[in-house]
Amino acid sequence: MASVELNNVCKSFGSVEVLRDVNLSLEGGEFIVFVGPSGCGKSTLLRLIAGLEDISAGELVIDGERMNDVLPARRGISMVFQSYALYPHMTVFENMAFGLEQAKLSPDEIKARIAQAAEMLQISDYMERKPRQLSGGQRQRVAIGRAITRQPRVFLFDEPLSNLDAALRVDTRLEIAALHKRLADTTMIYVTHDQVEAMTLADRIVVLNAGNVEQVGTPLDLYSKPASQFVAGFIGSPRMNFIGGEIAASQGAATFGIRPEHIDLSRKKGQWKGTVRLTEALGSDTFAHVDTETAGMVNVRLAGAERIGEGETVFLTPQPDAIHLFDDAGRPVRKARAA
Amino acid sequence: MTAPAWLKTTGFYLLVGIIVLQALFPFYYAILTSLEDGQALFEVNYLPAVFDLSNYRSMLSDGVFGKQILNSVFVATVTVIISLFLAITASFALARIRFRGRGLLLLTILSVSMFPQIAVLSGLFELVRAFGLFNSLWSLVFSYMIFTLPFTVWVLTTFMRALPVEIEEAAIMDGASSFTIIRRIFVPLLWPAMVTTGLLAFIQAWNEFLFALTFLSTDSQRTVPVAIALISGRSEFEVPWGNIMAASVIVTLPLVVLVLIFQRRIVSGLTAGAVKG
Repeated sequence: MASVELNNVCKSFGSVEVLRDVNLSLEGGEFIVFVGPSGCGKSTLLRLIAGLEDISAGELVIDGERMNDVLPARRGISMVFQSYALYPHMTVFENMAFGLEQAKLSPDEIKARIAQAAEMLQISDYMERKPRQLSGGQRQRVAIGRAITRQPRVFLFDEPLSNLDAALRVDTRLEIAALHKRLADTTMIYVTHDQVEAMTLADRIVVLNAGNVEQVGTPLDLYSKPASQFVAGFIGSPRMNFIGGEIAASQGAATFGIRPEHIDLSRKKGQWKGTVRLTEALGSDTFAHVDTETAGMVNVRLAGAERIGEGETVFLTPQPDAIHLFDDAGRPVRKARAA
Repeated sequence: MTAPAWLKTTGFYLLVGIIVLQALFPFYYAILTSLEDGQALFEVNYLPAVFDLSNYRSMLSDGVFGKQILNSVFVATVTVIISLFLAITASFALARIRFRGRGLLLLTILSVSMFPQIAVLSGLFELVRAFGLFNSLWSLVFSYMIFTLPFTVWVLTTFMRALPVEIEEAAIMDGASSFTIIRRIFVPLLWPAMVTTGLLAFIQAWNEFLFALTFLSTDSQRTVPVAIALISGRSEFEVPWGNIMAASVIVTLPLVVLVLIFQRRIVSGLTAGAVKG
């Protein structure tokens, strides 16, 4: 069980500051997901933990030990890269053995560890193949297998699913979740820009934006109690409706936020009157984009069976418990229901 | 209006024929001449008329020529080995490590090969004397790096840049030292490029004339290009064409053999870089 702590960690490339005063405390065995838009510094943060980049200021502590100047291989960390980064000229077995040879393990120990990992990932059948003879999903398993054999304290994933096609991505996501259950003692840190991956995999999510930690919390925490307008917009799909102007001002806020699934739609009466401009039927749900008179374009979720025609006039009512209010700096405002 | 198909085809093969003839005829004529002896040498013929190995026999039984071939093999081989070793370590730094003046350094390396050999000859001669290498084969190994290194460093740097950085980072995470990464990851991946550049460096070193003529003074130390040029007849009015041609053919064979051995590697070297993890 390895805890990971980041104390006031900063990173700059030349004069460009990529990460500012990051403070995080990860418990041993946790599955943590770093999520954020591209360029937010999430991959850099992962690379700092891995030791592939130097920490400009601050402290990285793993299991109570300061790691700033420890070599990557001595940190007890394994990493799965976005492009898998398998050694193209080595067989699957050699790929997995390389790190263990560097650690000077005995050949018997190496064989035993690889056999165990191969069985866990069901790759025992192609140990003698080269990476180019494998499919994308198989390469991904080999990359994970290579990371497992080193028996790391901390497991890092850098957008491991982004090179896979959609169907395989869901399968592999489930496998990674299963892997976390099996390796319950290993702390896992996972970087993605896909909030669905973040929500489904994480024990806790770290939302990053422009080098700052916006919020840390469980997936449902982030969903129901976003600490900023950015988090509210980033977590949840489709994204939350943000409404400015008078509706927000009447509640004492700069922005009024409501998720598509928290709006009631009626054909007879409601708070906002509008016309349906576009509908997206996904089977299980239908999303209606409604052009309202007072609130602008609002996206509403309807249960799957409900049908609505484009051009129809409808009334929308936000569910009062699910309203989020933000001030003009994007910070949440305490809900003032009476206002 | 387009030319008829048969005209295009004929034109194409005619052109190919001319190129092949231009490239191969001198060598073919050298082989032809090397097999003739005595008066037959001076009769112009384009098809083999006689088959006489006496020129080869006389060249190979002349004790020094065998030694001179070995000199050439030694110089070219050692030059290639040292060049490749220095080039692969240098290209690792130039392609992967960020440091001040990297671009300037690369240009400087390239500019070294810019000077004509004759311009650096006297300076190099002083250096060779100062190091006590005069009339030693090491003087050639040392001076040949002037033209082999810039070329091998540049080519290998380009190839190394094309390799994905993540592979190297994976090796770092696996605990490999820089030297292990070069030996176990880069050398196998760059092998085709190394064979190609190594072969070209070998050919350059094998054919070099001016330095070999200047830095070596005794017959038994000479390399073959100089040795052939200095073959003389029984009198100053006799040029032993037969022997010269036989020697030329003999010294060309190792290159032909090398190219044939590494032929497939050269082709894959030209298309390398298509290494995707």
